[in-house]
Amino acid sequence: MTLKNKFLIPLILFFVLVGFLAVGLKRDPHEIPSPLINKAAPAFELPTLSGDQIFSPADYKGKVWLLNVWATWCVSCREEHPVLVAFTQQYHIPVVGLSYKEIQPQETQLNQLPTDKKLQLARQRSQLFLNRLGNPYVLSVLDMDGRVGIQYGVYGVPETYVIDQQGIIRYKHVGPVTPDLIDKKLLPLLRQLEKT
Amino acid sequence: MKRIIGALVFTFVFSNALYAREAHPYSEDPVVEARLLVLADELRCLVCQNESLASSRSELADDLRREVRDLIRQGKTDNQIKTFLVERYGDFVLYRPEVKPITWILWFGPFLLLLIAMWSLWRYLRMRRDALLQHQQAKAQSIENPITPQD
Repeated sequence: MTLKNKFLIPLILFFVLVGFLAVGLKRDPHEIPSPLINKAAPAFELPTLSGDQIFSPADYKGKVWLLNVWATWCVSCREEHPVLVAFTQQYHIPVVGLSYKEIQPQETQLNQLPTDKKLQLARQRSQLFLNRLGNPYVLSVLDMDGRVGIQYGVYGVPETYVIDQQGIIRYKHVGPVTPDLIDKKLLPLLRQLEKT
Repeated sequence: MKRIIGALVFTFVFSNALYAREAHPYSEDPVVEARLLVLADELRCLVCQNESLASSRSELADDLRREVRDLIRQGKTDNQIKTFLVERYGDFVLYRPEVKPITWILWFGPFLLLLIAMWSLWRYLRMRRDALLQHQQAKAQSIENPITPQD
């Protein structure tokens, strides 16, 4: 660089910095890349909402399916719910619900109830929610203490996982599923997975 | 008036109690608790991202502390516990990221910048000294041979 345009150096550095900041502004700090992508979906055994069986991810070996973390107290889940209902009506992809900590720790009085009573109450509340707003789930399991949630790295409800035939997690989305996400991300991925 | 002031003072003094939350049951074992405290200070709460797991009051932090407590009781080492969390939540849970190729820029970038800055300073100073020397030489020459025309 000649002496004449040496003054350009700080200017270029400035624009590089502005570029970095602009990218940083657009990124959502709450979206933490999951280390579980392309890893086996953690195994669990949880009671279903209907109460007559135990579900384990191994039951769905050979299928491409979605695991959707939800709760009746979760506001964004309500926003997401009609989208999920429409999605399952249109496509035949099984969506399994994971009801995450339905009875919240701050519900102190309810927490003093015995475990089976709490489970019963959680079932009632979830069922009421699904009866009223539609049920997108082939089945939903109850993770009362959030332990399975920790296995999956859940840190905000709703969360959605795409799991393939081999039981590998292929995609994770934090926050409500939107029609845009379905069209741009989920459907292409699901089609690609179904082919294999 | 005095009554109103009295009432206000009363409100301000005692309203804090309203925000207080029930203390969480400590584990019976003080050794577990001590280790939890040290570990949780190095781990990030994923909900309120600028708080450590030790200081956060969020629900997830409660759950993760319970998990760490259980792992301690199972006799896991600090590293095993950190690996457990990293496998599920990613490197982001660690306040002090590990040194590995992807974090090299993070760890060594500042030193690299310092080196570049020092090199630039050294170069600038040398250039200035050379320029000064040249100037002095030229000046000395012109004093030595004031009349000699520059050929």
